[in-house]
Amino acid sequence: MNFVLLIFLPIVAALFVPLLYRKLKNVHTGWFVLLVPVVLFIYYIGFIKTTMEGGHAISELKWIPSLGISFVSYIDGLSLLFTLLITGIGALVVLYSIFYLDKNKEKLNLFYVYLLIFMSAMLGVVQSDNVISLYLFWELTSISSFLLIGYWNTRDRSRFGALKSMMITVFGGLMMLGGFVLLGIMGDTFSIRELIANAPSFVGHEFFTLALVLVLLGAFTKSAQFPFHIWLPDAMEAPTPVSAYLHSATMVKAGLYLVARFTPIFAVSEVWIWLVTGIGLLTLFWGSLFAVKQTDLKAILAFSTISQLGLIMSLLGAGALAFHSDDPIFKFATFAAIFHLINHATFKGSLFMIAGIVDHETGTRDIRKLGGLMSIMPVSFTVAFIGTMSMAGLPPFSGFLSKEMFLQSMLAIRHFELFNFATWGIIFPVVAWIASVFTFVYSFYFVFKTFAGKQKSEPLPLKPHEAPIGMLVSPVILATLVVAIFFIPNLIGKWFVKPAVIAIQPSLYSHPSEVAVDVAAWHGMTDPAMWMTVAIVGVGLLLFLTMARWQKLYDIQPEYLSLNGLYDSVMLFSEGGMNKISRFYMTGLIRTYLIYMFAFIAAITAATLFIKEAFIVDMDSFSPVNLYGILTAIVLVIAVGMVLLAKTRLSAIIALGAVGYSVALFFVIFKAPDLALTQLVIETISVALFLLAFKYLPALNNHGETKRNKLVNLIIAAAVGITVTLVALSAHSQKMIPSISQFYKDTVATEAGGGNIVNVILVDYRGFDTLFEIAVLSIAGIAIFAMIRLKLSRKGESTDENK
Amino acid sequence: MEFLMAIVVGILFMAAVYLILSRSLLKVILGTGLLSHGAHLLLLTMGGLGGNSPPVLADGVSVSDYADPLPQALILTAIVISFGVTAFILVLAYRSYAESKTDNMNLMKGNDEHD
Repeated sequence: MNFVLLIFLPIVAALFVPLLYRKLKNVHTGWFVLLVPVVLFIYYIGFIKTTMEGGHAISELKWIPSLGISFVSYIDGLSLLFTLLITGIGALVVLYSIFYLDKNKEKLNLFYVYLLIFMSAMLGVVQSDNVISLYLFWELTSISSFLLIGYWNTRDRSRFGALKSMMITVFGGLMMLGGFVLLGIMGDTFSIRELIANAPSFVGHEFFTLALVLVLLGAFTKSAQFPFHIWLPDAMEAPTPVSAYLHSATMVKAGLYLVARFTPIFAVSEVWIWLVTGIGLLTLFWGSLFAVKQTDLKAILAFSTISQLGLIMSLLGAGALAFHSDDPIFKFATFAAIFHLINHATFKGSLFMIAGIVDHETGTRDIRKLGGLMSIMPVSFTVAFIGTMSMAGLPPFSGFLSKEMFLQSMLAIRHFELFNFATWGIIFPVVAWIASVFTFVYSFYFVFKTFAGKQKSEPLPLKPHEAPIGMLVSPVILATLVVAIFFIPNLIGKWFVKPAVIAIQPSLYSHPSEVAVDVAAWHGMTDPAMWMTVAIVGVGLLLFLTMARWQKLYDIQPEYLSLNGLYDSVMLFSEGGMNKISRFYMTGLIRTYLIYMFAFIAAITAATLFIKEAFIVDMDSFSPVNLYGILTAIVLVIAVGMVLLAKTRLSAIIALGAVGYSVALFFVIFKAPDLALTQLVIETISVALFLLAFKYLPALNNHGETKRNKLVNLIIAAAVGITVTLVALSAHSQKMIPSISQFYKDTVATEAGGGNIVNVILVDYRGFDTLFEIAVLSIAGIAIFAMIRLKLSRKGESTDENK
Repeated sequence: MEFLMAIVVGILFMAAVYLILSRSLLKVILGTGLLSHGAHLLLLTMGGLGGNSPPVLADGVSVSDYADPLPQALILTAIVISFGVTAFILVLAYRSYAESKTDNMNLMKGNDEHD
């Protein structure tokens, strides 16, 4: 079967959603939508057997074969893991949304269409083997995410959040496209597998580092890494099922997928390792630090997501060290990254759903108003407890295992010797440890401030009660998984993680069973990571209990000095600042624009003339000076001066006539009888026309032109005049080829049967010019007639002047 | 002779640009007139001014003595076209003055509605 088509199944299903929504009013549309992820999940489970053997499945649909662009569904361990997350959590989220969104109050047709488009896009991102189609799906996730964040489009905050996430992720997407194109140039293919195969030849290529940085920009913006994380907290305006699905479990992991997928290409580079590990760790630290500051349940989870994504990112960076070192601990880091990715998707999905339930049942998400819900909502509390304890990294939950592996990997970085890690490596475990303490604090903050303690005296907007059973199914399933993973980590490892690891590090292994990682909850007393965990719990508890005292410290930093402040001012500048800039130079005055044009013509031409050393005057090429010529030139220059200095219209017009007649005289002197005739006649008519218009035109007036204006005009005019003279002289001195006129002179009698060469050229050799010159004259005539006769009033009503 | 003509053309261009940059509509039109004169003379000069007789076949004149006919044909076309355009601009100026009652170029600009 051509399973690449399955990628498009959600989009095709989306076509029917509005129809179902309209025809079957009594059934929640979500029930039909639920079928899609369930079917896909069951279908894709069948691939586990293949990937466990280290194999892969591939299916291709040609799109633009001549450009090497096609839709390819390439399923290996890594793609399959993400595919199962997308479809599996997708199914749970759709189920949850059926109970979360009211079928009478919400526009469900739109919601599910967006969600299905997103699902297709996400499947495309993780299965594409072709970078161009990968980019296509990548942008589709940005667009569908934009639509979903702005789902409640009557709220300002929703639209702001949607726009912000769109701006940042599309910026990253475009950068990534640039990286892909550079990769395509380097490897001469768009196929990721072929790029990986060609990867050794990229090292040292001039585009290599640039492509690396551009691809990373795409990954960092999508995965909300520092400093691009700012869109994620604002994206929390989306309905909670969307936050759970897109902004914790799937879309934000697209960047991680990208980093993992391109690790075999870029991991040889020091820049890659430093950037991925460093930015990941910084994001981990930053996110955990600011999660404690938040008062909104979903905002806490957003910062926690940012932080956890940073953790996975730094592990992927540490895993890239395995390409340089034989130490097994670095191979272990990649395993830890994938393992935590699965853990995070499960516990974060459930936590978002719980936040949604709390919001749904109490009417607020503000943690300051909540408290004491433990006895009212026991099931929600249990799920939240499991999720947060896993997030904090405590046994017996899955997060404990990944946190241990994370600490071990970060400790191991100290011992890595290349790329200055011996000097700076100590920073990694220290920062990781501090971040883990804060993770512990916000996890406790989230669950205990919401569920423990007493109810606040102020009544909640709704009377709280336990959520309906349908809404609880999905979080309970996820929480069960969280606990289950703790007890069967090696089974998860064998089925999902090891096949994914060999996809990330194909050159190191040939079979998943060679990934020698055995996850154990107990490492013995000698393991430093265990003592670090103990210290985390100790310090974390202390900090949590004294939270009320030091949480105020966050208020020291003013809002406008934050990264959000920076984003806002960039946005303001790009709108208001750019407007100011264009208003500054777009004055609306023709003179200004003419000054730009003339100044640039003069400057560019003169500069070219001298840079290219083209200014040559060859006196020998000039014809002898002629006395009549000099006299006419003097007359002409005097006439020009009179035009400039004329005080009245009449003298200016007459002086212009004098210039025209001098030009006619030049035509006589330079043996051009036809020109002289035409010029005389035309000049006469022109002067007559000027005199005709004379009566209707205003008197000459300077309109208050200042000395400074005139000086500027003069400088620019002089520059243009001098440039023209210089270009004319050097052009005349450097004739490349002889004139074509010899042909006309030779053949005018024999070929055309005429004697006047100019006339024969006009009507015979180059008759087309003449035809269209006649056309120009006719058009001018018609236009003048129309302008005089057709007097439409300003408002477009015709007023007949004969009335 | 070409040297002198190049300077004359330069002066014509300079005067034309100066007039075109001024604020009065009539001066701008005068400027375009000077600009076309400059361009025509430039064409003629660039073709070479060496011919001893007009490009009309005549007995006893050797082929090399004729002035270059091609620039002349080009200029002839240009003269007619610039005449058409000048006439058009002139009437346009007359009409715009009749409508807007001003020939001040600084006042002739779009209002904010057209931004």
